[in-house]
Amino acid sequence: MALNFWQSTLGKKIVMGVTGLIMIGYLCAHLLGNMKIFFGPGEFNAYGHWLRVMGAPVLHHEWGLWIARIVLLAAVILHAVSAYQLSRRDIKARPQKYVHTKPRMSYATRTMRWGGVILGLFIVWHILDLTTGTTHSGGFQEGHPYQNVVDTFSTWYGNVIYIVAMLAMGMHVRHGFWSAAQTLGAGNHTRDRALKAIANALAIVLTAGFISIPVGVMTGVVS
Amino acid sequence: MKLTLRVWRQQNPDTPGAMATYELDGVSQDMSFLEMLDVLNEELIVKGEEPVAFDHDCREGICGACSLVINGDAHGPERTTTCQLHMRSFQDGDTIDIEPWRASAFPVIKDLVVDRSAFDRVIQAGGYITAPTGAAPEAHAAPVPKADADYAFEHAECIGCGACVAACPNGAAMLFTSAKVNHLNVLPQGSPERETRVLDMVAQMDAEGFGGCTLTGECATACPKGIPLFSITAMNKEWLRATRKVKR
Repeated sequence: MALNFWQSTLGKKIVMGVTGLIMIGYLCAHLLGNMKIFFGPGEFNAYGHWLRVMGAPVLHHEWGLWIARIVLLAAVILHAVSAYQLSRRDIKARPQKYVHTKPRMSYATRTMRWGGVILGLFIVWHILDLTTGTTHSGGFQEGHPYQNVVDTFSTWYGNVIYIVAMLAMGMHVRHGFWSAAQTLGAGNHTRDRALKAIANALAIVLTAGFISIPVGVMTGVVS
Repeated sequence: MKLTLRVWRQQNPDTPGAMATYELDGVSQDMSFLEMLDVLNEELIVKGEEPVAFDHDCREGICGACSLVINGDAHGPERTTTCQLHMRSFQDGDTIDIEPWRASAFPVIKDLVVDRSAFDRVIQAGGYITAPTGAAPEAHAAPVPKADADYAFEHAECIGCGACVAACPNGAAMLFTSAKVNHLNVLPQGSPERETRVLDMVAQMDAEGFGGCTLTGECATACPKGIPLFSITAMNKEWLRATRKVKR
């Protein structure tokens, strides 16, 4: 049964929908936590420390964080593998293109594949930049996330990469949330307006919220 | 009307095809699109050329035989079948591109004719009921709520023309399969095979090499019978339900 599920195009789409919703849930939590940056280094760094003692005393130091990381990594991998396999199949299903073509789908729909690749690359850079500090510009300090964030957004390329990725994320969420609802069988005529409104609201709030951080650093609100 | 037609010509499945250009004069606005092609073919025959092969049957918009991607739209610019599309939808002097349905599951047989038997095999996988056939039974013997009857009919309108596959950027047959699944699954006559029907038809759809759904909505826009996009959502729901219920 499990094998049949994964072999079906519908099964793979359901995997994409569920993992996508997990990632949207994570983005909402991540945004709420990040907003603490507007309340000063004390509060933001304390939040960063709490992430490591999350779930204590039940969970050992950093266990809560690692559980979240493993779930997210599994979600990203399953999402990307399904997307890759489905895309390969989709391209094979239309070997000969039409001579007369016209752009029809919305921009968000057309950019799901490349947008997804951009987001995957962004996640790698984001972790190397602000979690491990490998590619961080100018003295990464473990345990001082506030200063690290300010350093990243003090470089032009840090801002460009981040803002482009967040715009891609917003469009991905816009089509992705609504599509996940259809894939999981939750859509119908009466609910459609509500589902589209939620998708748009999620996209706008997440994009604007995350972009407010580099803008805050650029304008000196966060320094 | 004077038209420039650019038509896909392909001798057989094994030889590569190409777009050929024809000038056609004296087209009436009251002609259907297929009648316009009949006029072209008569001219080609007189000139000793091979006429353009295209599928057609009832020419009343109910059989699903006609196809054609016209200027990039399956069944052309109006929401109807190609046979019910009239030349008044075009302007004098227009250039019209005419191509066959494009999908690996629908190989070109000749010119604008494609092999749609993949749809037949999807139907054979579960698009039927196992009740004994015979004379039409008493209509009131199996009561069907009005809402269910309307829902079934909305999906039963599918004529299996394949415009959904032709319009889909992924060459997916989701709208066709979902119309057939939902039509039968909502009715008492179709309920004994409710789970196996959706599982088997989706498995056959995948086996035929159709692409997957990315919810672009192109299929429902192209459908001459107005099968709604939510038909796909409903099939997804049926499929999820069936995977939980059926152990195999």
